[in-house]
Amino acid sequence: MTASTLPDSGANAGSARRPNPEESLRIFGMSMQQFRRSSVIVGLLIILLLPFTVEDFAVFQMTQVIYLSIAVLGLNLLTGFNGQFSLGHSAFMALGAYTAGIMMAQWEIAYYWTIIPAGVICFAAGFLFGLPALRLEGLYLALATFALATATPQLLKYEHFEPWTGGVQGLDLFKDDSPIAFLSNDQWWYYFSLFFGVLLFIGAWNLVRGRTGRAMIAIRDNPIAASTMGINTSVYKATTFGVSGFYCGVAGALSAIVVEFIAPESFTIIHAILLLIAMVIGGLASIPAAIIGGAFILYMPNFSEAVVDAFFAGDPSSKALVWVSFGVVMIIVVYIMPMGVAGFIRWNVQKLARRG
Amino acid sequence: MEELIQQVLGGIATGAIYACIALSVVMIYQAIDHFNFAQGEMAMFSAFITWQMIDWGANYWVAFFICIAVSFIGGVAIERIVFAPLHNAPVFTHIVVFIALFQIFNAGAGFIWEFTIKEFPSPFPERLPFDTTLIGPHELGMTVVTLIMLGLIFLFFRFTPIGLAMRAAAAAPDSARLVGISVGWMLALGWGLAAAIGAVGGMMIAPVVYLEPNMMLGILLYGFAGAVVGGLTSPGGAVLGGFLMGVIEPLAGMAIGSELKLTVALVVIVTILIFKPSGLFGRVVVQRV
Repeated sequence: MTASTLPDSGANAGSARRPNPEESLRIFGMSMQQFRRSSVIVGLLIILLLPFTVEDFAVFQMTQVIYLSIAVLGLNLLTGFNGQFSLGHSAFMALGAYTAGIMMAQWEIAYYWTIIPAGVICFAAGFLFGLPALRLEGLYLALATFALATATPQLLKYEHFEPWTGGVQGLDLFKDDSPIAFLSNDQWWYYFSLFFGVLLFIGAWNLVRGRTGRAMIAIRDNPIAASTMGINTSVYKATTFGVSGFYCGVAGALSAIVVEFIAPESFTIIHAILLLIAMVIGGLASIPAAIIGGAFILYMPNFSEAVVDAFFAGDPSSKALVWVSFGVVMIIVVYIMPMGVAGFIRWNVQKLARRG
Repeated sequence: MEELIQQVLGGIATGAIYACIALSVVMIYQAIDHFNFAQGEMAMFSAFITWQMIDWGANYWVAFFICIAVSFIGGVAIERIVFAPLHNAPVFTHIVVFIALFQIFNAGAGFIWEFTIKEFPSPFPERLPFDTTLIGPHELGMTVVTLIMLGLIFLFFRFTPIGLAMRAAAAAPDSARLVGISVGWMLALGWGLAAAIGAVGGMMIAPVVYLEPNMMLGILLYGFAGAVVGGLTSPGGAVLGGFLMGVIEPLAGMAIGSELKLTVALVVIVTILIFKPSGLFGRVVVQRV
């Protein structure tokens, strides 16, 4: 069923050897590869320098974009590249956030030691959840993960876990100030998150370009053909689930550290839906799309709240309209930009290159 | 012992609602092979429509039947407008659209009627004509209403030409088309019926859980669990599965505490999907490669 369910974009991620017809195109006097490289470099420079040009709150928001992008990337590795659906990735973010939170609040471990354990625990959890998920195709997996996301806040509130999780109240976390004198606290958290973000994005990029990535994509496109080619589908699917969990775990841990607070209500089904929205809007099976998606779900609510406020000033329930607009935007994107914003940009760049 | 009987009877009453949701999920699943993640929110929206009409002074039963009609039309409209153009789209697209609908109904209800919790009237008398402490009047009433509705649905599918055509369209769309059945409209009718069944469930459960935009999340999950337990290919199984989940819920609550209600549903869903993916009454679907 998963076969051909996702529009093919493997050309961008997989085939390194076959000469790609796209590579002979030229844009602004550069080959496509040069163009892609230079846009990555320009993008990185902007990301590195931006915190010095804006105020602290904007830096804080950009830090949130970073960890959201990491989570979206994790989901995209699973869905976009491996063809497994998940409506439950908020659960992995919750697990990561609570691992970091409990280590910091209950055991007083320094924040920078919590990221990797959170990721590793989520890898294990993802792998274990991925094992039964092997038997669940497409829709059934969506259902099981939907149930997982719905049950997560209840589990976090469960009274027997309360000594660790803090129950309904959640946990307040305290962390040290910026260790570098010329960086403000917010700037420091930004670079701290960025460090992990860049690492994980490079990791994902290498993953999908290599043998593993080709296997993942092959399983997505045709699981039966993939297994006849000697790919161990169960190992790859479960491991992809684990890796995806790892990304979300790190994202969750970063969110706990940056926001300094965790509570069960931050990880409801709505959060899982947000990650899905981010992936759809950004674009499936594209790595830079995760940044677009992360930024979208962070800035779009604020933006549409401002728009809604202009029309229904003072009406408290008007905030709900923001969520309605999310739903409408999702349907529209599915109709007119099935590959998301990233796919739309790629398409336009190629068109431009063909003309030039 | 008496507490146990009370719990079980109460469970059967809530189970009736789960059965409604499970049946609507299975009906849509049979027609288009997808779960409608927005089923619960559609039912919630219907309940709000009834509440609004009663608030404007309508009689309960008038509002009840108008709401069923409106939900039916709404269901047909959703299929025709949103899903018909996506008929051949990949699974992922369908899931995204379902989730989008979930968002739209949930937040839309919050926008129109606000997120405050509302009392929903019960149409049944406050006291039962006979003396019992085992089951409350509303529980008994909603079980009876649901059973009547399920009976009508059964008769509709079993004995009317349209019911037959709908079954044919779901079971073998190509052959159905060849004998002159408009498969597209049969799908739309299926959506309408599913929305109407869900609406009855929503209106019946609203006095118990109180009316608010998020009221159906847990119920939807139990409805899904019921559908999975009974088997996604078997409407009768889904109804039974719904009742079964209704009974499991309070019993599990007695054993491990009611805070983990949703986790119980999660465990049931995952267990059934792993060990018996076709459910208790479903048939095994073999796919040709």
